[in-house]
Amino acid sequence: MIEFLFWEGCPSHERALADLIAVLDDFGLEREHLRITEVHNERDAERERFIGSPTIRVDDVDLVDPGETAFGLNCRLYYRADGSPSPTPDPEAVRAAVAKYSDETKHESKPQKED
Amino acid sequence: MKLGDSAPMFMLPGVDGHDHVYGGDDEHPTVVIFTCNHCPYALAWEDRLVQVGRDYVHHGVRFLAINPNDASIKPADSFDEMKRRAAEKPWPFPYLRDESQEAAAAYGAKTTPDVFVFDADDRLVYRGAPDADYDDESLNAQWLRDALDAVLAGNEPALQETDPVGCSVKWKPE
Repeated sequence: MIEFLFWEGCPSHERALADLIAVLDDFGLEREHLRITEVHNERDAERERFIGSPTIRVDDVDLVDPGETAFGLNCRLYYRADGSPSPTPDPEAVRAAVAKYSDETKHESKPQKED
Repeated sequence: MKLGDSAPMFMLPGVDGHDHVYGGDDEHPTVVIFTCNHCPYALAWEDRLVQVGRDYVHHGVRFLAINPNDASIKPADSFDEMKRRAAEKPWPFPYLRDESQEAAAAYGAKTTPDVFVFDADDRLVYRGAPDADYDDESLNAQWLRDALDAVLAGNEPALQETDPVGCSVKWKPE
């Protein structure tokens, strides 16, 4: 499952979600593979282990290691491959994570040979 | 603040150890930027804003960056952290601490960043984002540059107001 978590307080989530959906489409992944969760308050943030908006997890693994960052309603800081700061994750990192997920999902869904 | 309003006056301490005053009788076009240490939008636009400062300071434009965030909410925005950051990456303009948040309230700052451009009579002529996209460095803070070019030519900017984009100002709990 690919999870997209966001907080309305950060304006980058709409672009980040649109970009993520475009990548899913590129890999032919249906929407059933995507779970979108809005984090409304600090209690939600604790429950969802949410360190900032937007957060993308693939099979429960964060796209970028969150380290020791505290849970809370924040705008998440990412760094692009060239080191520049951004409110959205590096598109190539998103694509690579979705590609890996797509490969694994297709492999798992192959029909097994009967004995 | 509305376009045409006079700049609210403030005196704020800077990371350079000096107090900085603005509003009233400045005689220079001035850019007031509410910004901070922690916000990814402020950081994404930072290099572009710094370059505008370098490019226009020679035209007599004054730049003042102000961090208004409550450090109890965002410890990365404390005055000490501002000083540490300024030592690591100096800017070509003062970085001021608005501890009381009175300046941010007087200007109606909404986000970091939030850019205000005043003409030489201290009238507001542009307010909003530096350019159209925090993630596109090639845009080069063009909305801000266009506003400054117009002011320096004695004209009103063609684009005077855009929506500021960024993290909300972290106000102290009431």
